[in-house]
Amino acid sequence: MSAMRLAAALASCAGLTVLALLPMYVDAYYLALAIGLLQFTVLATAWGLFSGPTRYVSLATTAFFGVGAYTVAVLGELLSWPLVLLIATVIGALMAVIVGLSTLRLSGLHFVIFTFGLAELIRQLVIWYEVNKTRVLGRYVFVDITQKDIYWQLLVLAVAVFVIGWLIARSRLGFALRIIGEDETVAKHCGINVTVAKVTLFTISAVFMTLVGAIMAPRWTYIEPSIAFNATISFEVVIMALLGGAHRLWGPALGAIPLTLLFEFLAARFPTASTLIMGVIFLLIVYALPAGVVGLWDNFRRQWRPQRTGQGVKA
Amino acid sequence: MTNAIFTGLMLGGMYALIAMGLTLQYGVARIMNLSYGEFLVAAAFASYWLFTGWALNPLLGLALVIPAGFGVSLLLYRVLLTPLVRRARTRGALEVDSILATFGMMFIVQGIMLSMFGGAYFSYSFLAIPVSLFGEILALNRLIAFGLAVAVGLALYLALTRTRLGTSIRAVAVDPMAAQLVAIDVLRTSAFAFALGGALVAAAGVLISMFLTFSASSGVIFTMKALIVVVMGGVGNLLGCLVAGLALGLSESLVATFVDPGLTLAVNFALFLGVLLVKPAGLFGRAQR
Amino acid sequence: MTAAASTVLEIKGLVRAFGGLVAVNALDMTVRSGEIVGLLGPNGSGKTTALNLVSGVLRPDSGAIHFAGHDIAGMATHRIARLGLGRTFQLVRVLDGMNCAENVRAGLAFHPARLARSEMDVAAIRLLERVGLKDADQRLATELTYIDRKRLELARALALKPRLLLLDEWLAGLNPSELLIGIALIRSLKDEGLSILLVEHVMDAIRSLCDRCVVMNSGRKIAEGTPDEVLSDPAVIEAYLGAVADA
Repeated sequence: MSAMRLAAALASCAGLTVLALLPMYVDAYYLALAIGLLQFTVLATAWGLFSGPTRYVSLATTAFFGVGAYTVAVLGELLSWPLVLLIATVIGALMAVIVGLSTLRLSGLHFVIFTFGLAELIRQLVIWYEVNKTRVLGRYVFVDITQKDIYWQLLVLAVAVFVIGWLIARSRLGFALRIIGEDETVAKHCGINVTVAKVTLFTISAVFMTLVGAIMAPRWTYIEPSIAFNATISFEVVIMALLGGAHRLWGPALGAIPLTLLFEFLAARFPTASTLIMGVIFLLIVYALPAGVVGLWDNFRRQWRPQRTGQGVKA
Repeated sequence: MTNAIFTGLMLGGMYALIAMGLTLQYGVARIMNLSYGEFLVAAAFASYWLFTGWALNPLLGLALVIPAGFGVSLLLYRVLLTPLVRRARTRGALEVDSILATFGMMFIVQGIMLSMFGGAYFSYSFLAIPVSLFGEILALNRLIAFGLAVAVGLALYLALTRTRLGTSIRAVAVDPMAAQLVAIDVLRTSAFAFALGGALVAAAGVLISMFLTFSASSGVIFTMKALIVVVMGGVGNLLGCLVAGLALGLSESLVATFVDPGLTLAVNFALFLGVLLVKPAGLFGRAQR
Repeated sequence: MTAAASTVLEIKGLVRAFGGLVAVNALDMTVRSGEIVGLLGPNGSGKTTALNLVSGVLRPDSGAIHFAGHDIAGMATHRIARLGLGRTFQLVRVLDGMNCAENVRAGLAFHPARLARSEMDVAAIRLLERVGLKDADQRLATELTYIDRKRLELARALALKPRLLLLDEWLAGLNPSELLIGIALIRSLKDEGLSILLVEHVMDAIRSLCDRCVVMNSGRKIAEGTPDEVLSDPAVIEAYLGAVADA
């Protein structure tokens, strides 16, 4: 087992090195594609961190992503880059705590409805503010960040989301959330403060989404509310995470990678069909893959294992 | 001020009508239909198509679109949703499944409309005649739509309280298990209620297309508003729909007139959250034991 | 030892209504240290509501609940649990997606007295053995039989190191031989000094386990005393069987 662990650690180090060196060797098109892949991998994994164990379907991804992007649009030229990212983190976390405290006590359905409209709400508020106070809609993002920088930052964020996810799964918080996902009443009777647990994880997940938005912002050079708060992102992240399987840390990435490629392909060839395809994938998940690709893998392992022990008994 | 209140009440009446179909689907059939707004927009497009292509009066078009809405919804419930109801072990599992399945339906309907009509906004001019009422100038089409909305709501209320089928629908809404015990076919009643919801949303779509512009992707905002009204009013409660719908319409129009039109959604949400924090089951909902 | 010092749970004037229905009405009762108290009454008399008020699932409309030196009326469930209140549920609730050891660890992990991971594993196995689930630690909760699920639920409640255990019809649905095992198990918990408040319909169990009983009907307390006293009380018989005057 420890030999396998060592091999896995070595393999992931080697993989990371290859990924880190990638921008040196690929052209702009593939770099952009890699950025898209990393972006959705982080978003879907972060979504799964919270929604996997709690089974709350959150559509707030766009709201946090957009807030991150807008923070950069407003502050990007004024402050140093790390400070901008720090402020984005704080704003995202604050927003998550407020949204979490006011909605996570409600039923799962009310949560979906609220997050469903949250991005639209914030978009309206931003538009209202820009139109009435600053009198301009849309801002230019002039920061000294190259595509390669964006790639590397996202890569660091991806490593961070996996490491933190791994740590949470091994912590009391992760265990508490698994219990809450199974039975919230039991969780309370075990002494778990379910509100604190849910809000904490929601906040961690939201901070990652906010940071992705902030890091991606310099790609656009021009940002307006309808770009930053594009509701499609929320839905794309949900189906990526569910297609992969949100109950495992590495599940959402398994959905994010093929679907990012698919949407990229569709956007280039059949721009009108992507909405339809998204609908079909949703139905596919519900009817054919309720536990995602990871669920298939689990089933496969479960069926394979008893057969072996069965043979052992016979022999 | 009077104008704002008038506009608000008429808007609220439409919201109430839109939400009635959803409250039937969710309260009785236990399906949270998130593709609800898409069906509304589809009905609006059907009405547009009948009016511009066949010169068919939208009010007559209702006679075609409403049965179509009923039929399509019945089919959807039978084919797509019944398997989910059967396999769900808990109410929570059905909730998540139906949320995801209806998201799928939402994108599919939206995708079909996009490929047929593109992303542009549509509208047609029907009875856009100013009439004066209580000293205020209002458009005749809005007035007719409001009148019909009231009539449909009233008819539905009477049907649910005065007929045998209506009683069994209400029984299923209150307690599906107990309804089964008094020989009500819960699955059939649910399918009927879901289809009735589909008929209502089709009617609402036609009425709204008479005075509002719409596009293939404007369904989401109708779903949002209907959801807010349903949850605020208390799931499965028609009176709650009416009160919450009117409250939403009034608050929107007052805010748009006196504060800023850009803040209507913010007001929707404030109202929604405010009600839920004080009464989690909605204004007319029954607290769970 | 004074009576007050050894009182674990003291309920005074507890009221909770659902709309017009007063489910618990001016209930007074106490559980003393090391005692098994039975809470009896016909279906719908408010027993489970009373338990839900004690464990914090519901907020009382009025009245006081003193437990372990705190007034816990209206306190959040998780805080009451951390004070040392363990409970089982009328419809058995185990964590189906987890194995037995994890189910018990759920009760251990959030206790104020934190254990190290290795200590927790040992404690979980010991608790499983305690309730008769030896060597079941790696089995999935879904694979268990009905009585074993009840045992697992009990082990999870015991993991909280409770000062008071609430058992909501824990013996219901067991067959006669299982019932004897179940009764012996609960008695052995009492012998270890645990205080227990149980809601129960199984008369054999009530007679052999309870030191005292409180009988409720329509939300009110109608009798209190030893099992033999309350079960022969005319008011109790009437509550269960209806009026006997015209029989």
